[in-house]
Amino acid sequence: MTDINITIIDRLGKKHNVLAPLDMAMNIMELIKTYELADDASIGICGGMAMCASCQCYIESSHQLNDKSDEEEAMLSEAFYLKNSSRLSCQIPITKDLTDLIIRIAPEH
Amino acid sequence: MIKSDILIIGAGPVGLFAVFEAGLLKMKCHLIDILPKPGGQCSEIYPKKPIYDIPAYPEILADGLIDKLMEQCSQFQPGFTLGERAMTIDKQEDNSFIVITDKGTKHSAPIVVIAGGLGSFEPRKPLIDNIEKYEGFGLEYFIKEPNLFKNKKVVIAGGGDSALDWAIVLCEIASEVTLIHRRNEFRGALDSVDKVQQLKNLNKINIITPAEVVGLNGKKNLESIFIKNSDKSTTEIKTDFFIPLFGLSPKLGPIANWGLEIEKNAIKVNNSLDYQTNIPGIYAIGDVNTYPGKLKLILCGFHEAALMCQSAFKILNPNKKFLLKYTTVSGVQGFDGSHKKAEKAVVKTIS
Repeated sequence: MTDINITIIDRLGKKHNVLAPLDMAMNIMELIKTYELADDASIGICGGMAMCASCQCYIESSHQLNDKSDEEEAMLSEAFYLKNSSRLSCQIPITKDLTDLIIRIAPEH
Repeated sequence: MIKSDILIIGAGPVGLFAVFEAGLLKMKCHLIDILPKPGGQCSEIYPKKPIYDIPAYPEILADGLIDKLMEQCSQFQPGFTLGERAMTIDKQEDNSFIVITDKGTKHSAPIVVIAGGLGSFEPRKPLIDNIEKYEGFGLEYFIKEPNLFKNKKVVIAGGGDSALDWAIVLCEIASEVTLIHRRNEFRGALDSVDKVQQLKNLNKINIITPAEVVGLNGKKNLESIFIKNSDKSTTEIKTDFFIPLFGLSPKLGPIANWGLEIEKNAIKVNNSLDYQTNIPGIYAIGDVNTYPGKLKLILCGFHEAALMCQSAFKILNPNKKFLLKYTTVSGVQGFDGSHKKAEKAVVKTIS
């Protein structure tokens, strides 16, 4: 088994159940881009370096995620529409522990 | 009116390399960029990040790549209109184009190349209700002329490099500088963080953290701001200027209305030939274009720049016979009078 299920709620509120590969060293931002669930120019602008907040998402399930790095914490502190559940999706690698994860893409700014 | 053979919109790595390729074919370029310095994303978003997939550079910092590209193209003396956004394009009867910026600077060229990356970088505006009312009346998103703030009270918001750097610069000019950030920690180069700490210790910068600017006030010009503190209380601070520095976000902007075919926020081009758009004479190269199989890589943009220049040359010189010249054979003849070429081999008998 090299794929897991992840639910992504896009910016219009539509739910997408997608298969996420475990063996492609992908993160959640890249997963959103792969399935074209957000306007390409509006997400992952820095390419995944935690240097913009365009891929902010809210974690809507109770999964235990990897800890935030200092860079992610700092970038989130400059983001808008921030919630307690906010993460930069580019900083969440896809692992087996994320099976059935539910995330919502934060509004574009 | 600024005239050139090729007008390039966007002074990122691909735009700069296009200057070099055009120069080899004796075409002179002028570049427009909304940012105050060349380099695009490489200078603005990730200057100190290493890039590993530039051919022949196992590792190069993004700002180092821009320095090299500037060095490489400088012999072709490109002109720059920086800190201005290309707003309108008009085709003339002679098929040339006139491009006018938001500052009214006029550019004329027979070829226009859009090397705009992800678009023009617009400031990310904080979510404050009446923010637009004060734009230009005490609220600035960019600092172009530091002397504007001479002997004025300035509040800067943000926690990144630009907030720190401008706080350091302005505390020598302004009468009072206050830096406000949502967290106690700042994200920036170590020496900037240390410098701000020193300035704070000397009472040259006021730092208010964790706090957030939530309101602006003033009849016409900004007179004060309201900040929300961590204990939810609100404080009013008198100020002449408020400078929110929350980074930039790219938008395709006015180019989207130029009649170009757009797909997924990128400009469609003919990739089987020359990266020309649906409007003859307008090309799009680098991250701003799209075609089947497009890869948004700097190295792909370099290739697109070379092919675009060959095609542009044919438009500018319709009847001229032309053969690709190798720089190893012909060297490089700059517009500045320089001539780089290989040293002549020695032909000598060895006795």
